[in-house]
Amino acid sequence: MTGLLVKNAYVIDPLSGVNGEIMDIAIRDGKIVEEVGSGAVVIDAGGCLTLPGGIDSHSHVCGTKVNFGRYMSPEDMRAGRTARKGVMHVTSGYSVPTTFGNSYRYSSMGYTTVLEGAMAPLEARHTHEEFTATPHQDMLANTLFDGNWSIMEAVRDKDVKRAAAVVAWTLAAVKGFAIKLTNPGGTEAWGWGEDVHSIRDEVPHFGVTPAEIIETMIQANELLNLPHSVHIHCNNLGVPGNYQTTLDTIGLAPDLNRERQSLYLTHVQFHSYGGSTWKDICSKSEEVARAVNARPQVAIDMGQIMFGRTTTMTADGPMEFKLYMLHHNKWSNHDVELETGSGIIPVYYSRKSLVNCVMWAIGLELALLTKNPWQCMLATDNPNGAPFVKYPEIIALLMSRKLREYEMKAIDPRTEHFVPLFAIDRELDWYEIAVMTRAAQAKALGITRIGKGHLAPGAEADIAIYPLKPDELDPAVDYQQVMAGFAKTSYTIKRGRVVARDGEVIVEGANSTIWTRAEVPPEFDLNKDPEFVKKFEQYYTVRMRNYPVQDIYLPRGVSIRTEASL
Amino acid sequence: MKVEDVVCPFCGCLCDDLVVEVENNRVTSVENGCTLANEKLMEDHRLKNPIRRERGSWKDVSYDAAIQETAEILLDADRPLLYGWSGTHGEAQSVGVHLAELLGAVIDNTSTVCHGPSILAIQEVGHPGCTLGQVKNRADVIVYWGANPIDAHPRHMSRYTTYADGFFVKDAFKERKVIVIDVRKTESSAVANEFVKVDQGGDYAVLSALRAIVRGKGDLIPVKVAGVTREQLFRVADICKNAKFGAIFFGLGLTMSPGKNKNIRNAIELTEELNRHTKFTISPMRGHWNVYGSNEVFTWISGYPYAVDFARGIAFYNPGETTSVDILRRGECDACLVVASDPGAHFPRACAEHLARIPTVQIDPHVNATTHLATLQIPVAVTGIDAEGTAYRMDGVPIRTRKLYEGTYPSDLEILGKIYARVKEAKGS
Repeated sequence: MTGLLVKNAYVIDPLSGVNGEIMDIAIRDGKIVEEVGSGAVVIDAGGCLTLPGGIDSHSHVCGTKVNFGRYMSPEDMRAGRTARKGVMHVTSGYSVPTTFGNSYRYSSMGYTTVLEGAMAPLEARHTHEEFTATPHQDMLANTLFDGNWSIMEAVRDKDVKRAAAVVAWTLAAVKGFAIKLTNPGGTEAWGWGEDVHSIRDEVPHFGVTPAEIIETMIQANELLNLPHSVHIHCNNLGVPGNYQTTLDTIGLAPDLNRERQSLYLTHVQFHSYGGSTWKDICSKSEEVARAVNARPQVAIDMGQIMFGRTTTMTADGPMEFKLYMLHHNKWSNHDVELETGSGIIPVYYSRKSLVNCVMWAIGLELALLTKNPWQCMLATDNPNGAPFVKYPEIIALLMSRKLREYEMKAIDPRTEHFVPLFAIDRELDWYEIAVMTRAAQAKALGITRIGKGHLAPGAEADIAIYPLKPDELDPAVDYQQVMAGFAKTSYTIKRGRVVARDGEVIVEGANSTIWTRAEVPPEFDLNKDPEFVKKFEQYYTVRMRNYPVQDIYLPRGVSIRTEASL
Repeated sequence: MKVEDVVCPFCGCLCDDLVVEVENNRVTSVENGCTLANEKLMEDHRLKNPIRRERGSWKDVSYDAAIQETAEILLDADRPLLYGWSGTHGEAQSVGVHLAELLGAVIDNTSTVCHGPSILAIQEVGHPGCTLGQVKNRADVIVYWGANPIDAHPRHMSRYTTYADGFFVKDAFKERKVIVIDVRKTESSAVANEFVKVDQGGDYAVLSALRAIVRGKGDLIPVKVAGVTREQLFRVADICKNAKFGAIFFGLGLTMSPGKNKNIRNAIELTEELNRHTKFTISPMRGHWNVYGSNEVFTWISGYPYAVDFARGIAFYNPGETTSVDILRRGECDACLVVASDPGAHFPRACAEHLARIPTVQIDPHVNATTHLATLQIPVAVTGIDAEGTAYRMDGVPIRTRKLYEGTYPSDLEILGKIYARVKEAKGS
């Protein structure tokens, strides 16, 4: 292979310490290399912004509940349709696009790696089938353990090693990437129509608290030396006054890992509310950001909402029912035996709703008040806060106070009394945006080791070239160009191949699925463990032998192997 | 050779605990299976090779010729319909959707004459459901409405509901209340604690009455509603409200009786109402073992669970217009590919007549009613016996069916893959 040479690129590669240098990038066999020969195909970046491929560290794009979001919403499917064109398949959907729709739209925005935020182990096969049909991004799956009976029993028995063994077995069986806790304990309680309301509430019948589940899982995660940390969707999502639960949760996180955070809190906007009812809800972003600033062992993502229509979907079944009681639109719920739950409802975030305006402000505040951009990632909890196609707009809002002022004039005027956003002047720069959209994600997920999120020789050649010339633009003023530029790359390069040009995908994709295999000593292998086997014999409705996801579902699987310290 | 943990490719229960004995490329015995499973796994009446209708009689043709002819028929058609899909695995369904996309065809699955109305109701009001294990481990109240599982899903009661002991329900038969609601006595109603006999066509009214009672508007209820006494309605509402975990399962008796999707909408809204008091879920009793898989696959590729029309390039969905029965009745369809189902046995007469008039190709292991309407039939391996692939249980749990032996028939996936390749080549794309 003769290779590819990207010349004259304005490179920001935070993990390599590169900030705005004009450079050439040489690529061969899908990797970044020191140099290529004169026969290489040349792309002239013309001084345009060139970044490692975008990484979304929390998005709902594949699997049972996502597909149910499509299934129940023909109105959303109609709201975004494209015909077959070249190598591109038909796409449908606005907030919950079809798999190819997600893949093409992410690719046009320069995103090359996406983590699915919530996979129920029992239904993992479905997630992997959809991963294969999302061909332009390498995919990873957060694996749900929030209501896992074997985990809760281990927590009750104060047996961290057993919890680790359950995680190791499950991740290997379902080809999952990391531990996800969605409303820990609450999804089990929802099996009885109940919920937990603080990290110290007891989970019915199991005699454990969310705090104990969280603490045990953080320890178990480090015993297994998993690349990512525990990834948590805190209890009490969307409830006025819930910031206290969030602060309590942050307070649980020890500092156990030198490479990355020990706890990743997702869509924190939904967890930073003061007040006690929907009438007096207010922003507590300052308190939450202060806690994050004081603790390098935590990282968060924004969970920004944007005004307009979208679909909410989460494993947090009880929360979706509460939301349904507010919106009275349509409601789906899907509890998963021995493991977790889920719910879906469509929503419309309105500029005329004070509550929605407060939510909108909180997300931006979290990003602007978190001092270290490596600790706060840009995401909307796609599609819960907004479809990911809104990211360019969010970038522009973070880079331009002027744009924020313009927006703040359009929202409910009372908002100012409930949020600090109006007093925040900070404008993020190109470097910070590069951190918050790829480098921080790669570090937080622990995938720099497999060449993700940077452009040093040896890295995967996943590159996004945007039609933006940082030397000639003032993002504080030229926010329209910033938005347009981040919406469509000039080139998206995936594993050394140009996959998208000027917003159109031009080749068939060939993605990988990245999963984690933690090797445990034989005494921690649960395949023959009587208690564990009994779960399948007596309580699951699928046989233990039919449960694991076969290799055939991962045509290009990449496993990250770790040695457990058990 | 003994094969364990075999997945049964018959009904939506998708039981995965069968033990079968295989000898000389035949299943010779089945343990744990119901009569339907035994019949399906042990049958031995397959069509030997592709056949083509020529002047009133059948001629054997090669697979290659049959595939070529199918591709030509589809390419020549203005309004092709690709119908069926619930009896094959997801990977083949996926090729089917891409083939429809390439051809600008309509693709539809058997939901169109089955739980299609349930899907329409779900699209209006959502679907509060759960996996079957959630019911097995927790439910103390089970409601079967317009469904007769003992006949249609013979192990549903023993694996998931009435007789299935679970974590929180140690002695299911004693601790669980079973309510059967139907227009007539059935084998299932015979084992119920409470049988509610509804007048034919009266389901909607009974659902509304129950909703009213649960809402606290019981004083509105007359002495009888569609043949059901006020006392019984209150008793049933009371059992449901006092359940710790209730689960409604509904069948075609509710979906396809007068009211159709509105019945299902009412039942879902009753479930939602009950969730304000306790935990309740509702689930359709999906028929074919992988009909739900066809809905899933269609949805992630095209955005819609059935009745998808690619004629205008985009995916267009309008049940009543883009549904198979309507397209055939209007005489609009000029070629049909039937995969893994039997519209000849299940469609209205006018539709079957139209299928007989146009080139109809059937991909199916067996001679069935559709064979008699078809111009060409291509036999394939049976998924779950001599082919494997993904299936989605009625509750959405995906399970990989097993291949029990290496047979001689090509799979649906192989045949469809070849047709797709030829069509693609001809289209030059």
